[in-house]
Amino acid sequence: MTDVIDRPVNLDSDDQGPVNPDHGHDHGHDHHGPSGLVKWMTSTDHKVIGISYTVTSLTMMIIGGAFAEIIRAQLVSPTSTLVSFAQYNELFTMHGSVMIYLFVGPFAFAGLANYLVPLQIGAPDMAFPRLNLLSYWLYLCGSLVMLSGFLTSGGAANFGWVGYAPLSNVTASPGSGADLWIVALMLTGFSAIFSGVNLVATIFYLRAPGMTLFRMPIFTWNMLITGILILLAFPILTGGLVMLYCDRHFGTHIFTVSGGGVPLLWQHIFWFWGHPEVYILALPMFGMVTEVFAVFSKKPIFGYRGMVFATISIGALSLGVWAHHMFTTGAVLLPFFSAMSLLIAVPTGIKMFNWIGTMWGGKVTYSTSMLMAMGFLFTFLVGGITGIYLASPPIDFFTHDTYFVVAHFHSVVMALVLGAMSAIFLWFPKMSGIMLNERLGKFQFWFLFIGTQVFTFPMYLVGLKGMPRRMAVYPNNPSWQSLNQWASVGALLIGISMVFFIVNALYSFKKRVPAGDNPWDAQTLEWYTSSPPPAHNFVSLPPIHSERPTWDYNHPDHLSLGHGNKEKAKAGS
Amino acid sequence: MKKESILFLFLGVFWGLMGVVYWFWSRDVTGAVMLAGSVFLGLIPGLYLYYWYRRSGYHLRAEDRPDASIEEGAGVIDAFPDNSIWPMIFAIGCMFGVLALVFGTWLAIPAIAFGLSAMIGFTAESRRGGTT
Amino acid sequence: MSSLPPSSDSLSAEHPLPATKNKSKKLLLVLLAPLALAGCQVPSFGGYKGVTKTANSTFHLWQGFNLAAIVVGGITLAVMAWAIFAYRAKKGDGSIPKQTQYHIPLEVTYTVIPILVVVGLFVATVVVENQVVADPTPSATINVTAFQWGWKFTYPGTKAVVVGQTTASPIMVMPVNQDVRINLVSSDVIHGFYIPEFNFSRFAQPGMVNTFTFHANNTGLYSAQCSQLCGLYHSLMYFRVDVVSPSQYQAWISSKNASTSARTAIAANGAIVIQDNPGIPVIPSHSNGAQ
Repeated sequence: MTDVIDRPVNLDSDDQGPVNPDHGHDHGHDHHGPSGLVKWMTSTDHKVIGISYTVTSLTMMIIGGAFAEIIRAQLVSPTSTLVSFAQYNELFTMHGSVMIYLFVGPFAFAGLANYLVPLQIGAPDMAFPRLNLLSYWLYLCGSLVMLSGFLTSGGAANFGWVGYAPLSNVTASPGSGADLWIVALMLTGFSAIFSGVNLVATIFYLRAPGMTLFRMPIFTWNMLITGILILLAFPILTGGLVMLYCDRHFGTHIFTVSGGGVPLLWQHIFWFWGHPEVYILALPMFGMVTEVFAVFSKKPIFGYRGMVFATISIGALSLGVWAHHMFTTGAVLLPFFSAMSLLIAVPTGIKMFNWIGTMWGGKVTYSTSMLMAMGFLFTFLVGGITGIYLASPPIDFFTHDTYFVVAHFHSVVMALVLGAMSAIFLWFPKMSGIMLNERLGKFQFWFLFIGTQVFTFPMYLVGLKGMPRRMAVYPNNPSWQSLNQWASVGALLIGISMVFFIVNALYSFKKRVPAGDNPWDAQTLEWYTSSPPPAHNFVSLPPIHSERPTWDYNHPDHLSLGHGNKEKAKAGS
Repeated sequence: MKKESILFLFLGVFWGLMGVVYWFWSRDVTGAVMLAGSVFLGLIPGLYLYYWYRRSGYHLRAEDRPDASIEEGAGVIDAFPDNSIWPMIFAIGCMFGVLALVFGTWLAIPAIAFGLSAMIGFTAESRRGGTT
Repeated sequence: MSSLPPSSDSLSAEHPLPATKNKSKKLLLVLLAPLALAGCQVPSFGGYKGVTKTANSTFHLWQGFNLAAIVVGGITLAVMAWAIFAYRAKKGDGSIPKQTQYHIPLEVTYTVIPILVVVGLFVATVVVENQVVADPTPSATINVTAFQWGWKFTYPGTKAVVVGQTTASPIMVMPVNQDVRINLVSSDVIHGFYIPEFNFSRFAQPGMVNTFTFHANNTGLYSAQCSQLCGLYHSLMYFRVDVVSPSQYQAWISSKNASTSARTAIAANGAIVIQDNPGIPVIPSHSNGAQ
């Protein structure tokens, strides 16, 4: 049935808080809805969908990670025969594809975002619940289609996760693995577009009274800009994929020279999507760690407005940098893209200083979530700085397509993974009503953080020595072996950290340490309601006079600056 | 709705400026066309939102006013569809549809079957207000 | 370690942050340090000094970027480490610290300074970039064609052709101390013409010729390989660049004009050797089947 929802109203502002339903994990029970498998298939509750997305995308992370471990095992010696050349090309293509299209993307803009955005703005659900469920099913179906390439006779797609023409045309890459890759991305692309629609509509139309745009949590702000970027970028990728499919099967010559086409066009189209895509991956994680820093420093976010403007700047500028992936084509306007790429480092730097400013002068607790966020901060600094090198075309000329670039983007994405883990440790209690184990979490952190550095630093060095990327073997350069071995050790440490993560999840579900509404004394609206929240999220809402409504409610002596609070603060409460 | 429309309008104008600079500096048609499209992505929603803001009499909703109280939002928010099987059915139809592109036209048959039933199901569901 | 700032019950976001003074002292020290070290050799930071003129300029740009990264990254890392370690809550301390929410002058500072740094990096970039893409009149021209999975070098105006696949690692012979123009194209998919010690790479693309100039300063035999994924044998698409004296180069051209062989040729220390080395057997390029 369709629920007609009333706004939960505090009839008395001295209300003790929401009526707390069971701390159980049955989300739909109030409405006597289905449970189990049928619930997974049919529930339009954003919380259920968010958890489905989170679990599915983390499963994709494990699959992509398994491909990575095989790749690193192959690279341990210069002439390894662990996998064949063809298999190796499939492995790195599918590693990149699974990680970017099927793990980080959906986790970032549909996993925690689906769960948290309505809660953070005081809404009962996303604006279009059935569209939300459709997004999830398109994503799951797309994932299965892409991975089914491994079951075909020619193997999975093998032309790199970027699928450059002419390598991806039907002459150089015949076989249905490639076609499955293309059509899978059409499914996941529409999934993403519908998620973007939901995000923007929800944030524009379903905020609670008093929740002005500049009182939204930074995570929600970042999801708004991410949603806009999704709407902008994904249709272009989908268009490009349709063109590629037509070239492969309908005899068009969009990307083939012999018919008057231009292979370079694929790169322009792909990267016009591809660069906003990396910000689509990064902005949600930025939003997540912003909340973590504030909570575990017991302080408000430093420079809230600066953060918002930095995020909008990143979104705006991200459309002007795409051809920095194409500097070596000799066919793009180098100074324009170099200038824009260098410029986009500025708002990212502002965010970094604001995160540091949030901790500054605070009372910092070294919880697992906070450790992961600190690990994110360091790793992202390294990745961000190496990105600045790559923004300079002369430097890019000798680092492009080498392990220097591979190391750069792995620094950045591992930072995002650290951020994702930070978010999981923060919000898992809210989503499940139970706590994750801190001891196991800390083991996970140290393996993940140290593993990341041991993994990436040797790759920077071997790239500078001249090792190109996508090499199955390196027989002419045995001197590269020790650096490769160190990188493989790092990858192994990262893999071990994931084992700790899985063990932690299993152990925590067994132990069931109850979390309570707000185990972290956190600040934003989702912490006001129960853990997990009831159907349609809120039984009542606190007054919203700043960007930290729950904090203000719990700490009337330490109010945040905000319209109502300024008056109260001046009155000397 | 004013700030929301300003956000989109700002982005549209910014991308327009970027596009103009890019075109006159590089004369690259591809990038200029994609940036021009982005201008529309900013302007169309931005103008739409501003139009309705103006038509509402420059009305500030409860969530636009910093001094609003929760009580002001009392009453019905909206109708939110509950459990529904049709999104999954439709997605499976889309999956068969794309598989038809890879393995042959015969897969269009299950694609149409799933897709059509989902479309009918969605419509009926919206009409009567929910699943069976 | 300095003492933690006292916790406060009242809101006083207008007060400046406690450690501002310490930060500007640190900044000054870090800026002066490189001047003190100016007498010493600037490290290579893992980059190649470079064989060509533009490779040298690129190398100096690389060093400059690294110095900037050390300064900016170092300052950021220092304040990051301070924030992480100096404010750790003591066990059992449940008090609430001062709830500072903004500091406009500080925020403006760390907006403006990065913009200035970025402008500086851009100016340095453009200067070097203009050198790298410069197109002077060449003394020699080489047409390079990449294909799945090897390289072909032809010398227009002469009969010299060098071709080889995969591990045959064909050699591109070029004269030192002269402007040599390369015209790079591919006959099938995109390949990457990458010479690490020239601090340079460029895409070889079908239907589109890329032109650039090398001015080598040193002789020698330099390894190179394809850097852009091009299919099954991408990992083995080696080639080499042999920079020889102009007289050796002329002698080699003459010998190639006289000979009818297009096989891989090696010129080492002036001795000219024609070697038959077809490399490992390669599946024809239209197939991408499993091994």
